[in-house]
Amino acid sequence: MNATSDTSPMGANRIVPSAPASSAGAESRISARDVTVHYGEKQAIFGVSMDVPEKSVTAFIGPSGCGKSTFLRCFNRMNDTIEGCRVGGEITIDGEDIHDPALDVVELRARVGMVFQKPNPFPKSIYDNIAYGPRIHGLVKSKAETDALVESSLKKAGLWKEVSDRLDQPGTGLSGGQQQRLCIARTIATGPEVILMDEPCSALDPIATSIVEDLIHELREQYTIIIVTHSMQQAARVSQKTAFFHLGKLIEYGETEQIFVNPKEKQTEAYITGRIG
Amino acid sequence: MTSVLIAALALILMGVAYQQGVSRSRALSGASRLHSRPQYHGAFLALWATVPLLLVLLIWVVTSGMIQDWYIARQLPADILPGTTDYASAASRLRNIASGFGVAGEVAAWETEAGEGLARFMTILRLSIVALGALVGIACLLVMRARLSPRLRARNHVETVIKTVLIFCSVVAILTTIGIVLSLVTETIRFFTYVSPVDFFFGTVWNPGYSTTSNEASGSYGMLPLLVGTIMISAIAMLVALPVGLMSAIWLTQYASPRLRNVIKPVIEVLAGIPTIVYGFFALVTVGPALAGFGEMIGLDINATSALTAGIVMGIMIIPFISSLSDDIIRQVPRAMRDGSLGLGATKSETIRMVIVPAALPGIVGAILLAVSRAIGETMIVVLAAGNAPILRFDPTEPVSTFTVTIVTALTGDADFASPQSLVAFALGLTLFVITLMLNIGALAIVRKYREQYE
Ligand SMILES: Nc1ncnc2c1ncn2[C@@H]1O[C@H](COP(=O)(O)OP(=O)(O)O)[C@@H](O)[C@H]1O
Ligand SMILES: [Mg+2]
Repeated sequence: MNATSDTSPMGANRIVPSAPASSAGAESRISARDVTVHYGEKQAIFGVSMDVPEKSVTAFIGPSGCGKSTFLRCFNRMNDTIEGCRVGGEITIDGEDIHDPALDVVELRARVGMVFQKPNPFPKSIYDNIAYGPRIHGLVKSKAETDALVESSLKKAGLWKEVSDRLDQPGTGLSGGQQQRLCIARTIATGPEVILMDEPCSALDPIATSIVEDLIHELREQYTIIIVTHSMQQAARVSQKTAFFHLGKLIEYGETEQIFVNPKEKQTEAYITGRIG
Repeated sequence: MTSVLIAALALILMGVAYQQGVSRSRALSGASRLHSRPQYHGAFLALWATVPLLLVLLIWVVTSGMIQDWYIARQLPADILPGTTDYASAASRLRNIASGFGVAGEVAAWETEAGEGLARFMTILRLSIVALGALVGIACLLVMRARLSPRLRARNHVETVIKTVLIFCSVVAILTTIGIVLSLVTETIRFFTYVSPVDFFFGTVWNPGYSTTSNEASGSYGMLPLLVGTIMISAIAMLVALPVGLMSAIWLTQYASPRLRNVIKPVIEVLAGIPTIVYGFFALVTVGPALAGFGEMIGLDINATSALTAGIVMGIMIIPFISSLSDDIIRQVPRAMRDGSLGLGATKSETIRMVIVPAALPGIVGAILLAVSRAIGETMIVVLAAGNAPILRFDPTEPVSTFTVTIVTALTGDADFASPQSLVAFALGLTLFVITLMLNIGALAIVRKYREQYE
C-alpha cells in the first residue's frame, strides 16, 4: 500500500504533506476564530472559535439543527454554494486564511475533502468516480498513473478487494456501505490533508457503520478528520476530541473522554445523558 | 329554438330532482342513519330524471333523419323513382324549402305545400318528443323518489355513473384516434392501388402530373425528396435549438438567481405561445431577406425561401421546448450529486459538464426526440418559408419541400378528391404519423427509464 502511494508523486506529496518546518510549533493546523454564519436574515452559527489538532479525529455532536453541518461546511467553503449563506470570522489552515481572495477555493477543496451524509457516487463507473477528482486537478498524467492512484485510493478506503474485478461497473450499483467507502476513496484520491465527514454513517446499517468506523480509525494516521455525528457512541468510539454544539453555539470542546465522563458544562451533561434531544 | 327549450327543460328537471332528493333524504334521516349523504341522494335523483330525458332525445337524434325521409317519400310524386338522382334532388329541394333555406329556380305549388307540410310535421314531432322526454324524466323521478330510503346506496350509484361517464370520455378519445388512423390507412391503401409502395417510398422524383383522366396515376410520387427536405429542415432547426435551449436551461438551473429565473423562464416560454403562422411570416418577411442579403455580402447565393430560412426559424420556435424540458430534467439531478463534485474541488462548469449533464443525458435525449418530432410535423413555417421545391438535393440554401407542405398543396388544390394527386396526402400523412409516433415512443421510453433512476 505504501509502495503504491509512493509511486504516484503528487499523491505522495499531498498525503504526507507536513514537512517539519511548516508544522513546527503548530499543534493544530485548522483554527477557527469567531466564526458566524447567516442564512439570509437568520443566524445559524454564533461566534465559534476552536483549534482542530492534526492527524486525529474530532467529533461534532449536538441536537439536530444546532449547526454542526453548517459549521463543518465552513472549512471547505461549501457554504459558498448555498444561496444566501454568509460566513464571517476567520478560519486558517496551516496559517493560511481560507477566505483570502488570493486562495483558490478549488485548491482548498482538494486539500479539504468532504464526505456527505448520503452516499452520493456519480452515475459513472467505479473507476471514473475515483479518477474524477485527480483528473480535474491534473494530478494524473497517464493512464498508468490513474490506475495506480485509483488502486491506492480504493485500498486506503478498504474497498479494493471488493471491487477490483468490476471497476468498470457503475458506482451506483454498490451497496450503501460500499458506496460510502467509494465516496471516501474518491475524496482520498485528490490527496487531501483534511477530511470532513457529515454524518457519514447515518444512511448505513450497523455492519457497514462499523466497517466505516474502522476505516476512520485507520485514516486518522494520515489525515486530519472532522466528523459530524448524531450518535454519541460513535463520537466516543472514533474521536479523540469532541465539540458539543447547541443552538449555533459551541458549548464545550475538549478531549472526548473528558466530555463524556466529566463534562464541565451543564448543557453538555444534559445532552449526553439524554435530556436534550 | 328547440335546443334552448330542451336545455332549459333538462336543467329545470335536474334542479328540481336534486332538490327533491336532498330534502326527501333529509326528512328520512330523522328515522335512521343515512347510508349516503343527502347530496348523493340529490345527485342520484337528478341523474335518474335527466338521463332518461337525454336517452329519449338521443333516440330522436338517431331516428329523425329516417322519419323525415319516410315523410318525404310519401310526399313525392310516384313518377320520381327512389334511388335516382332526380329523387335525391327533389328530396333535398323539399328539405331546403322546409328549413327556410330556399331553393334555386321555379318552385312548384306542390313543392311549397309539401315543404311546409314537412316543416309542420317535423316541428310537431320534435315538440312531442321533447314532451315525451320530459314525461319519461318526471315519471322516473317520481318512481325513484318513492324508492329513496336511508339504506339506499345513493353514493355508490352516483360514483358508478361518474366512473362510466369518465370511461366513456376516454373511450371517445381512443376511438377517435383509432378512427383517424384507420381512415389514413384505408386512404393510403387506395393510393397504393395507383402507385406502387416501392415507387412511393424509394422514388427520388416528386412530380405528380395532373392528368385529365383523374383515375390514372401519371407522374411520379417518390417521397425521398420530401423526406430529405424534412430531415434537412429539422436538422437545421435542432442545430439552432439544441445549443441555445440546452445552455439556457443550464444557465437557468445552475447560475441564475431565483428572482431572475422567475422573470426569465416565463419570458422564454412566451416564445412557445407565439402561433406558428407568425413565425412563418417572420421567416418570410425578416429572416429570409436578411439571410439572402448576408449571403450576398459573403458571396454566397442564399435563397430567401430555403431550407436554411425555415430551419432557423423553426429552431427558434423549438428553443423554449428544449429549454423548459431540459430545465425540468436537470433540476431532477439530485443536489447531492452537484455537492459531491463541488466538494472535490470541481468548478461549477466542470460539475455541469462532467456530472450534471451526463446524469441528465438520457432525459435530455428524450427531450430532443420530442422536439424533433415536433419539428418534423411543423407545417406553417415551412409552407411559408421553405419555398416548396420538391427536388432531391442536399443544399440548405436552396428551396425544398417537406411532407407537411406537400400534404397542404395536395389537399388544397382543385384535384378530384379520389385522384392519386389528393390521395397521396394520406400516404404522406401516414408516413409522417409513423415517424413521429416512433420518435415519441422512443422519447417517452427514455424519459421514463431516466425518471426511475433516482427513485
Ligand atoms: N440551506 C439552508 N438555508 C437556510 N437555513 C439553513 C440551511 N441549512 C441549514 N439551515 C438552518 O441552519 C441551522 C443549522 O442547520 P444544520 O447545520 O443543518 O444543523 P445540524 O447539521 O446540526 O442538524 C438550522 O436551524 C437550519 O434550519
Ligand atoms: Mg446536519
